[in-house]
Amino acid sequence: MSEKLLMKGNEALGEAALQAGCQLYFAYPITPQSELPEYLSRRMPELGRVFLQAESEIAAINMVYGAAGAGARVMTSSSSPGISLKQEGLSYIAAAQLPCVIVNMSRGGPGLGSIQPAQSDYLQATKGGGHGDYHLIVLAPASAQEIVDLTILAFDLADQYRTPVMIMGDGLLGQMMEPVLFPDRTNVELPEKPWATTGRKGDRPKNIIHSLELQSERLEAHNQKLQEKYADIAATQKRSDEYLTEDADVVLVAFGTVARICRSAIDMAREKGIKAGLFRPISLWPFPDEALARLAEKERVFLSVEMNCGQMVDDIKLAVDCRRPVHFFGRVGGIVPSPEEVLAEIEKIMAGRCDA
Amino acid sequence: MKLVFDRPRALADVQTHYCPGCTHGIIHRLVAEAIDELDIAERTVGVAPVGCAVLAYNYFNLDFQEAAHGRAPAVATGIKRALPENVVFTYQGDGDLASIGTAEIVHAANRGEAITVVYVNNAIYGMTGGQMAPTTLPDQKTSTSPYGRDVSSAGYPIRMAEMLSTLVAPQYIARVAVNSPANIQRAKRAIKKAFEIQVKNKGFALVEVLSTCPTNWGLSPEKALRWLEDNMIPYYPLGDFKVPKEVE
Repeated sequence: MSEKLLMKGNEALGEAALQAGCQLYFAYPITPQSELPEYLSRRMPELGRVFLQAESEIAAINMVYGAAGAGARVMTSSSSPGISLKQEGLSYIAAAQLPCVIVNMSRGGPGLGSIQPAQSDYLQATKGGGHGDYHLIVLAPASAQEIVDLTILAFDLADQYRTPVMIMGDGLLGQMMEPVLFPDRTNVELPEKPWATTGRKGDRPKNIIHSLELQSERLEAHNQKLQEKYADIAATQKRSDEYLTEDADVVLVAFGTVARICRSAIDMAREKGIKAGLFRPISLWPFPDEALARLAEKERVFLSVEMNCGQMVDDIKLAVDCRRPVHFFGRVGGIVPSPEEVLAEIEKIMAGRCDA
Repeated sequence: MKLVFDRPRALADVQTHYCPGCTHGIIHRLVAEAIDELDIAERTVGVAPVGCAVLAYNYFNLDFQEAAHGRAPAVATGIKRALPENVVFTYQGDGDLASIGTAEIVHAANRGEAITVVYVNNAIYGMTGGQMAPTTLPDQKTSTSPYGRDVSSAGYPIRMAEMLSTLVAPQYIARVAVNSPANIQRAKRAIKKAFEIQVKNKGFALVEVLSTCPTNWGLSPEKALRWLEDNMIPYYPLGDFKVPKEVE
């Protein structure tokens, strides 16, 4: 596929997963991501691949565990309440070092919340979510094209590090239609997985996928191995994007949908003579702290704009080492902030800059 | 001299952690014998539960995955759908399959997943120290039913084989016991049939195996075998509940 196609974010994600070689997809219906299972329920059988609607979110993530352990490229998707149900499985998958891709088209919470877009699963996604010391790689696209690019990257990173990778979108990104271009993937070779449980042939030692370590020393050693892997990921896989930050007096920090709104607000601010810029984390974990720290070398203020109650603020404060003021503006409950609201916040901060 | 009895190749030559008199060892052996006789070890993947058999992957010479508590049928579904030419089985206890994992077993059975399920029912949670299970008999004392299972509050023991046999898709569902040489022979035939059905790609097969837990029942191994005969078999009748015509 090389021509531009007009697609919904959810559908673009499904097609990108196919291009990435996703062989199995397991999921349970939930709004606002149902276009994704609907799309794959049509496309997977066309390609002779597996689409299976699971009986529950819990079953779906455990099917992912089984298929990933068997060496296949596999994906599941859901939205916030469903992602909460998957946390047990994610902990086991991270512990057993199984590569897979999990999509969260997140919606308003807590509880059943709403079906409108939100970013209130930031802490769950980046700080663990399930039990034990582990991380997911979390990638946050801001357009349909970036959904395509990051989904393909997610499968590659999952295999490279034998770790679960989450695509963190929101209801708006999933529903919005935009033109997308798919890369040529015809000659891509998938990596060998000699550790997979495919049946013990000949003299090969048996392969066991597990997370139980009853001996404390062995469990500690396993944890240290995982931490070394996370350190390696943190050293090499931080991703971010910047817009007009060079001369900015105020740097907005936002990811996903909100980052696009912030760009509009920044353009409006610039017209009014306010030097505003945008720092956009693309990898939420590992958080792109070094790039943000470089921005903090100059005297300027930061404004985190999120569709939650400020879940990213701590990460920003840590990144700038509390050297610069970090403000917060957020809307929740499924409300998407308008560029005018963000602009008003920028103006308020710049007017009272001495107080910050 | 002709060797007439040996360790099955699919069974690892290691010591198990099972308590003296526990019948898990017998059931492991029956599973391994069936795999040897069908010559499927090189394409078999087992799924271990959470419970006493959590370390089953150490006791078989087979590729294995360890599932979260109750999720073995979902994990097995993922493996089987990824590797349809392989033979996939779960080995689960009654807490795992009949309590926390009821949704997974019911829906794997209902989809007719081509997997084999060995379901070991000893009427108690063994690994955690003898708590009441969904299969604990009425008035049976456990560490969380110290006055005996009160059916007015805890309900009645679940007969999984009967319940699952109401579904359309499953091909073979049977209940056996391992309390006597004759019953062990029957159990062997049922377990082998449950693997054969998968090999012939006929779909879902489950064998419920009534098993003992001398430690948590507070009985000697010998008395435990008698307790199974006198108390469990009357409530959990042995036999085939679902048999495909061509396999009968």
